[in-house]
Amino acid sequence: MTLLVYTANRVSDGVVVFLAEDDGWLEIPRPSGVIRGADMEMRMKAVAEAAEEAAIVVSPYPIEVTDEGGEIRPVSLRERIRAYGPSIHPEFAKQWPIADKGY
Amino acid sequence: MPLLKDGKRVADPWVHVADEVAVPATGAVIVGLKRWRHERASLLKRGDPVGVRLKSMHTASDVADDLDHLGVVALALPVFTDGRAYTNARRLRERHGYRGEIRAIGNVLPDQYLFMLRCGFDAFEVRAGDTEKDWDKAVQAISVFYQPAADGRESALSLRHRTPGA
Amino acid sequence: MYQYDELDQRLVDERVEQFRDQVARRLAGEITEDEFKPLRLMNGLYLQLHAYMLRIGIPYGMLSSVQLRKLAQITRKYDRGYGHFTTRQCLQLNWPKLSETPDILAELAEVQMHAIQTSGNSFRNVTADQYAGAATDEIEDSRIWAEIIRQWSTLHPEFSFLPRKFKIAVTGSPHDRAAVRFHDIGIVIHKAPDGEVGFEILVGGGLGRTPMIGQTIRAFLPKKHLLSYLEALLRIYNLMGRRDNKYKARIKILVFELGIEELQTLVEDEWNRNKDGPLALPQAEIDRITRQFSAPPWQTPASAPNQPVGAVHAFENPAFEDWERVNVAEHKQPGYAIVNLSLKALDRVPGDLTAAEMDAVADLADRFSFGEIRASHEQNLVFAHVRQDDLLPLWRSLGVLGLSTPNLNMISDIICCPGLDYCALASARSIPVAQRISMRFQDIKRQHNIGELRLKISGCVNACGHHHAGHIGILGVDRQGEEFYQITLGGNAGENASIGKIIGPAFASADVVDAVEAIVATYLAIREVGETFLEAYRRVGAAPFKQRLYPEPNHAVA
Repeated sequence: MTLLVYTANRVSDGVVVFLAEDDGWLEIPRPSGVIRGADMEMRMKAVAEAAEEAAIVVSPYPIEVTDEGGEIRPVSLRERIRAYGPSIHPEFAKQWPIADKGY
Repeated sequence: MPLLKDGKRVADPWVHVADEVAVPATGAVIVGLKRWRHERASLLKRGDPVGVRLKSMHTASDVADDLDHLGVVALALPVFTDGRAYTNARRLRERHGYRGEIRAIGNVLPDQYLFMLRCGFDAFEVRAGDTEKDWDKAVQAISVFYQPAADGRESALSLRHRTPGA
Repeated sequence: MYQYDELDQRLVDERVEQFRDQVARRLAGEITEDEFKPLRLMNGLYLQLHAYMLRIGIPYGMLSSVQLRKLAQITRKYDRGYGHFTTRQCLQLNWPKLSETPDILAELAEVQMHAIQTSGNSFRNVTADQYAGAATDEIEDSRIWAEIIRQWSTLHPEFSFLPRKFKIAVTGSPHDRAAVRFHDIGIVIHKAPDGEVGFEILVGGGLGRTPMIGQTIRAFLPKKHLLSYLEALLRIYNLMGRRDNKYKARIKILVFELGIEELQTLVEDEWNRNKDGPLALPQAEIDRITRQFSAPPWQTPASAPNQPVGAVHAFENPAFEDWERVNVAEHKQPGYAIVNLSLKALDRVPGDLTAAEMDAVADLADRFSFGEIRASHEQNLVFAHVRQDDLLPLWRSLGVLGLSTPNLNMISDIICCPGLDYCALASARSIPVAQRISMRFQDIKRQHNIGELRLKISGCVNACGHHHAGHIGILGVDRQGEEFYQITLGGNAGENASIGKIIGPAFASADVVDAVEAIVATYLAIREVGETFLEAYRRVGAAPFKQRLYPEPNHAVA
């Protein structure tokens, strides 16, 4: 089954954010943001669109992820780079040492 | 659409007549270029003022020979990023010496008022919520102009090299 | 260099406040992203993968040490302590906050800098020869004309909504270091047989999806008519350039579709109506700007013996000799030299400079080059006026900073776009490829044996890394989520401009460096004495390279 998470860039500083249920927009994707079921999909889409309307985030869209024991990893290279930071600057990585996981 | 002229909201004495609608018997009308070309004689015979609407792909030369008869040339900006109307306005003023109204219609936004004014537009059909205050802010935002244009604002070049005493 | 007068300064200050208001409206939610985007782009602010990106204009690449220190301070205060020099001689900040960009712009305005029109469908930063005012073969200083164009093209009321972006470059030397033939308009300063100096105007060059080499639309234009002619040309483009398809909107497509003669007729007609109007340049203005680019107070007399570059301290140190031979160019003033600071050392990101390095470079510029720095379109820096007897101490200081790699125009002096590590448009990464190629060819003696070889990498078809103009060009493509790299050979950016040709099917990321090595090995095997890579390629064509890269016939290119 395809797992989806909503992502966007924050308006105020452009930082990459992911939507989590109850927690709003976080810089790291959380299991609670992974869309499970059509109801949740509708709900998250509505929250994302409202956040765009309110000038909190820019252009939210769903991305495909995997859930590896609670660790949410985007599937595409582009989205992994968005989530972790530039591959040439591992010191900027927001989540875990890139050297351990790679892109 | 509200009309801004000289920075003021004014009543619009002109009526836009869409291409598929009949021209009213009296009153100042703005018609499309095609109608102007086909119905020129009858439009002039009405005795009331006539203006022409140009789409952005038209050029100033499309009406160059008719300017004596036209009280308004309305230039369309289908989207504000379509910059052809700026050239058409300047050509109307500078090449063809047109002194009637040049009106901006379509996607007319405050952030572009000053550029339009500089190119020779002097009437603006603006969005419902746009105010005289927006106009003032937009027009006063920049006071230095590197380019001579159609509005008579003095260019930096000219200010720098004024002949003393002139 | 050019100093703002009260008018220049007021315009930039007012533009900062105008943008501050636009940002405030966006942050308050009064305007949508769709409405804000064109406004921020007109001020060089993009939204990239990780953050906003602010592109700061450096007109014709000229920086004072004061400006460079300010840039250092800005990157520390508002960003992550580094900046990226681009092929338009601009500097990009990768991590600014939207809410702080008006403050960044206000600080830039304090040192006569701005980000006006570093994006959007209007005139971009005007570029010029990084050796201007110092080159031995220069007819006249290109910066004078680039500055005149900068002013005319800034907030132009008629041309702020062109069909597409518009890039102008100027060279004052017949040897073109500014890639003018790959610009929407390229300007080459010429001297006519009667001694009059004027301009050859080229139009319709460009890279991107449809690379084209600029064609001459006017062989000679008298100086005072420069702006009236450009205005006539832009007017025709504004009216006739295609607006129905963004990929066909650059002026190169108009030139292609109309033909150069037809365009020329239209432009001449337009120009003849306006050439003696208010855009005719008064001599007083030409003189005013020329004075600001007058030579710095060189301390050697014109009659001083000029030591050929490469012989000054050669006996002392072979590493110094290498650097001097490769990174130092001859200066028109006897006793002086032009020094290139390589931003392409092994462990660097091409074109990146940290805040600490900016400060250190600014200090060195004060000591050794009249406080002036230039950024080149090859993403290196230049000290244009260095005394020959200062070369050795300067080399030592640059060595400490890691900016003395003797690789100018060598295979590791790679032009490289930010690629998928930063860019929202990219298809694949480019910086790691550049780094891996540098690593593979890290032996500098090997690089010198290979000789001049311009390698250029773009992470997508928009070609910001100028891959079409590389002797070897590499283009990143996305194949079902995998990074692949297509190689072109035979491109060249100079006066003998050419567009690289695709050599064959793209290579997987893991294979692309091997492919480059195979190309180099092929060249070394076929070259004649003294023949550069480009000369050899032009002599033999693609066949031997293809054979080496795709040995099996069923892999041959269609």
